Amino acid sequence: MAFIPSYWRETPQRYRYEGNKCIKCECKHDSKCDCETGQVFFPPRRTCCPWCDCTLEPCTIATTGKLLTYTIIVVPPTQFGDEAPYALGICEMDDGARLTAQIVDVPLDKLEIGMPVRIEFRKIQQDGHAGILMYGYKVVPNS
Amino acid sequence: MRDVAVIGIGIQKWGELWERSLRDLWVEAALNAINDAGVDHIDSMYVGCMSGGLFVGQEHLSSLLADYLGVCPVPATRVESACASGGMALRSGFIEVASGLSDIVLVSGVEKMTDVDGGGATYALATAADAEYEVYQGATFPGLYAMVARDYMHRYGLTREQLAQVAVKNHDNGVLNPHAQFPMKMSLETVMNSTMIADPLRLMDCSPITDGAAAAILCPLEMARDLSKNPPIKVSGMGAATDRIALHDRPDFCEFRATVKAAEAAYKMAGVGPDEIDFAEVHDCFTIAELCVIEALGFFARGTAGQATAAGETARDGKKPINTSGGLKSKGHPVGATGIGQIHELVTQLRGTAGERQVAGVKRGLAQNMGGSGGSTVCHILEVV
Ligand SMILES: [Zn+2]
Ligand SMILES: [Zn+2]
Repeated sequence: MAFIPSYWRETPQRYRYEGNKCIKCECKHDSKCDCETGQVFFPPRRTCCPWCDCTLEPCTIATTGKLLTYTIIVVPPTQFGDEAPYALGICEMDDGARLTAQIVDVPLDKLEIGMPVRIEFRKIQQDGHAGILMYGYKVVPNS
Repeated sequence: MRDVAVIGIGIQKWGELWERSLRDLWVEAALNAINDAGVDHIDSMYVGCMSGGLFVGQEHLSSLLADYLGVCPVPATRVESACASGGMALRSGFIEVASGLSDIVLVSGVEKMTDVDGGGATYALATAADAEYEVYQGATFPGLYAMVARDYMHRYGLTREQLAQVAVKNHDNGVLNPHAQFPMKMSLETVMNSTMIADPLRLMDCSPITDGAAAAILCPLEMARDLSKNPPIKVSGMGAATDRIALHDRPDFCEFRATVKAAEAAYKMAGVGPDEIDFAEVHDCFTIAELCVIEALGFFARGTAGQATAAGETARDGKKPINTSGGLKSKGHPVGATGIGQIHELVTQLRGTAGERQVAGVKRGLAQNMGGSGGSTVCHILEVV
């Protein structure tokens, strides 16, 4: 099910991989939050915690990184029905940003934890047969 | 804060109950709990339900269910925390009784999942993950837990056999539970050869789609013996915690931090540690979840739960019996009802009325109920007084 306003709103992340970065982190909280200077948020966050005196600046996340874990989805959600089986993984990019994405252009039996990957812009799903095409990021092996 | 006791419990046989509606299932469980306690009124009620809206097109369960139970104008609140909705309803009721605001509170959970087809159920359940950054990319719940399992296998050498042992053990228990959806034994071979869902997880690693409800009656411990003939079971510890909603935002995929934190709080309140828990009901929505959870609860060291399970340490006659009810795997997983279903098992065991699956001499049990891929967790410790 596609929601046009939200799809439009999410394009900075889906098309341009925009996040933000804490360039000077000073958490004043007793039990310090997870944030530290250099932390990249994807999607961008308004704050790391209510008591942080952080300077957050917009950034584009690194487009190369490595695969931390993965699965092969054999039974897909309805909107990905034509694509199964497909590989889905969690990647850590070179600047520390984390994302979940499909891994494409690689045989399913060649997937490996730790393999280098890079982001590519691809079609993600289609809203029914006549619905809008929805795009975003997938990752491919980066050799 | 007043001490709180459970004096009544109610449930029905869970399953694919085509002829039963959400309201019908819930009212039956609520009546069973009220009759079990023997109370002549309730002051307030809480209902845990993940998604009446997506599963049956019905919200406003507070009014609907108070109405059909016939208790209006009693105040009612619906509580939602994905698959932890039931446990969070108990937590809300506990707080209301402990605070002195109400004396007799009905806490409950319900989910009616089979009015939609498989795709509809997958869609509804997926709303417990990050819709914009996990589900949009093609993630499913089995897929998220499969990524935890892959990481666990890679780091700790967990074998496919050890993972399958969780399902085998839980079905061994479920066989003896009259309320279980799938009360049949499951061989290691059956689990390992079942249909692949999200590699490495197979169909028999996954909890089923279930219709069901469960309810319990709470009151102040000091009133328990006057209100009910049942032996009071004290809620001695309670803790809840949250974690990042997206699996990819957690530093360690195998460490369920919300469970660690919720358990810490529950242990502290009860004044006990993991070694003093006789048995536990945990959220085995997938086989891998049970392993990560029993480590997060402090029962087993990191990376050892698979070996411990294969060695029979979590079996009914093991040193730490886990999911004597059959767990979500065999008993069923009507998501909003699961947390209260766990309480039903703890109370049954602590009363010593679990029949063939009774664990001898248990005095203290823990229930761990988890939402999503671990983004929320609530733990309760119950004990005989
Ligand atoms: Zn910061
Ligand atoms: Zn902070």
